[in-house]
Amino acid sequence: MLGVTVRRLAAALPTLVGVVIVTFLLTRALPGDPAAYFAGPAATQQAIAEIRAKLGLDQPLPVQFLDYVQDLLRGDLGLSITTGQPVLHELTTRLPASAELTLLGLLFAGSVGITLGVLAALKQNSWLDNLCRVVATLGVSLPTFFTGLLLIYVFYYLLGWAPAPLGRLDAFASPPPHVTGFYLIDSLLAGDLETFRSALAQIVLPAITLGIFAVAPIARITRGSMLAVMGSDFIRAARGHGLSGRTVVVAYALRNALLPVVTTLGMVFSFLLGANVLVEKVFAWPGIGSYAVEALIASDYAPVQGFVMTMGVLYVLLNLMIDLLYQVIDPRVRLEA
Amino acid sequence: MSATVASAPPKAGLLRHIRYVLGENPVTALAFGLFALLVFAAIFGPALVPYDPIAGAGPALQPPSAKHWFGTDSLGRDVFSRVVAATRLDLGMAFAAVAIVFVFGTLAGTAAGFFGGWWDRIIGRIADTLMAFPLFVLAMGIVAAVGNSVESIVIATAIVNFPIYARIARAEANIRRDAGFVEAARLSGFSEGRILLTEVAPNLLPIMMVQVSLTLGYAILNCAGLSFIGLGIRPPTPEWGIMVAEGASTIISGEWWIALFPGLALMLAVFTFNLLGDGLRDIVDPRKRT
Repeated sequence: MLGVTVRRLAAALPTLVGVVIVTFLLTRALPGDPAAYFAGPAATQQAIAEIRAKLGLDQPLPVQFLDYVQDLLRGDLGLSITTGQPVLHELTTRLPASAELTLLGLLFAGSVGITLGVLAALKQNSWLDNLCRVVATLGVSLPTFFTGLLLIYVFYYLLGWAPAPLGRLDAFASPPPHVTGFYLIDSLLAGDLETFRSALAQIVLPAITLGIFAVAPIARITRGSMLAVMGSDFIRAARGHGLSGRTVVVAYALRNALLPVVTTLGMVFSFLLGANVLVEKVFAWPGIGSYAVEALIASDYAPVQGFVMTMGVLYVLLNLMIDLLYQVIDPRVRLEA
Repeated sequence: MSATVASAPPKAGLLRHIRYVLGENPVTALAFGLFALLVFAAIFGPALVPYDPIAGAGPALQPPSAKHWFGTDSLGRDVFSRVVAATRLDLGMAFAAVAIVFVFGTLAGTAAGFFGGWWDRIIGRIADTLMAFPLFVLAMGIVAAVGNSVESIVIATAIVNFPIYARIARAEANIRRDAGFVEAARLSGFSEGRILLTEVAPNLLPIMMVQVSLTLGYAILNCAGLSFIGLGIRPPTPEWGIMVAEGASTIISGEWWIALFPGLALMLAVFTFNLLGDGLRDIVDPRKRT
C-alpha cells in the first residue's frame, strides 16, 4: 500500500513540472513586451531596456525559466498591477471562497446524481429512468452562466426567496472570525447562527448552478455501472440467500457500482473548476475565478498566470487524491499495481 | 450465405443502415432537422432578419411583442435579429476550432499510435500536460497569452480539445499498425509516412467524425463562455455569450428576455450537436449504442 502510494506520488511529479512549464510558456508567449507594459506609455527606449534587464527579460529562455522556478519556490507569483498586492497573497485569501463553493457544488451534484442514477437503474425504463436520460443529455448542454442567471431571475426576482447575488454575505453581516476560511464552518465554530444563515442563503444558488452541470455525468455513469452490477452473479447469489432488497442494493451493489463513479470524479472536477469561473462571475463571488477574470479584462497578466498555475496544481493534486481514494475502496487495484 | 453478404453493394447498405437508424431513433432525425435549421440561420440569417442587429430599432427594453418577437435590449436593438445573426459567428468559431483540432489532433495521434517510440512519448506527454489543467482555465490562460481576439478564442478552444483527439486517434491507429492492408502497402514499397497518410489516417475518419460532432457542442459552450467573461468579442457584435452577459445586468431588474433568448439559442445549438454526436455514433459504431 505504502509503496503504491509513493509510486503514485512520483508519477504526479512530471505532470506538476509540465504545469509549471506550460505556465512559463504562457508568460513568455505574451503578445506585447512586458517591459514596455511595466514602463508605461510615456517611457523612453532606455527606460524600457532598463526594466527589461531588471525583470531578467534580456536573458536567454532557459535562464529565465530558472529564475521563474526560483521565484515560484520562494512563493513569489509577482505583483498585480491593478491592486498592487502580491498575487500569492490575493490567491490564498480568495481560495477558501472558491473551495467552499466548489465542494458544496460537488456535494449537490454527487447526492442528486448518484440518487438519480441508482433509482434509474433499479427501475429501468420507468419515468425516472427517462428523466435520468433527459437530465443527462440536457445537463451537458446547459451553459453554466445561463442557468445561474435563470435561477437568479426565478428565485431572486420572481419569488424573492434568494438574496441578491452579490457575494458571500449580505451587506449587513460581517464575516466570521477566520479559522478555515469557509464561512459556513467558521460561523458555526463561532456559534454565530445569524451569519451562518446569511452565508448559507448566499451560497445555495451558486452551488446549485455549479452542481447542475456535474449532475449529468455522475448520473449517467452511476446508472450504467449500477445496471452492470445488478445483472451480475454475486447479486443473484445474494438475492438467492434471501437478503432483503435494501441490503443487496446498498451493501452489495452500490459499493461496487460507485467505483467507476470515483474514476470519473477527475473529469467532473475539470468541469467544476472551469465552470467555477463563470459561476463566480455571475454571482459576484469573491473567489479566485472572478479575481482572474477581472485581471484578464484589465490585461493584468501576473494574476492570470498565478491563477492558471494554482488551478493546474490543484487539479493534479485532486486527481492524485482520487487515485489514492480508489485504492482505499478497491483492494483489487492495490494487488495489481 | 457469406457470399450474399459480401456481394451486397456497400453504398446502398450504408444508406439503408442510416435510414434504419433514423427511422428507429426519431431523436436523431430531430437532431438532423435542428442542425439544418442552425446551418440555414448561420448562412442566410443575417440577410433575412427584420432589423439591423447592430443599430437601434425602437424604444429600449421593450418586452416581446408582435413587432419585436424577442423584445429589445437596453440600446433598443431587436433581440430576435441579434440572436439569429449571432448564429454565424458562434457556429463559425466552433467549426473553425474543431476543424483545426481535427486535423492536428488526428495527425498527431495517428503518428503517435502508428510510429510509436519517441513520437508516442512526446505527443503523449504534451496531451498529458494539457489534460493537467481544467479545460476552461487553460483556455483562459491561452487567450491571455495569445491576445484578446476572436482568433485566440478559436485557437484556445482547439488546443484544449487536442488531448481528446490525439488519444482516440492514437488508440485507433495503434490497432491498425500491422493490419493486413498496412502490410500490403508496406510490401508494395510505400514509405511509412505515406502509409500513415493514405492508408491509416483515412481509416480513422468515421470514428473521428463522431468525435467532431461530440466536441462541437463543447466547443460552442467554451467559446460562448470565454466571450461571456468579456474575452475576444467586442460589443456591439452579436454573439450569444456576450448577449447573455449584456442581459445579466437587466435580469435582476426583471427584463428577462435580453439574456433568455440568446441563452436558449446557445442551449439549442449545444443540445443539437450532442444529440447529433450520439446519433452519428449509432450509425458508425452500433456496438456503443446505449
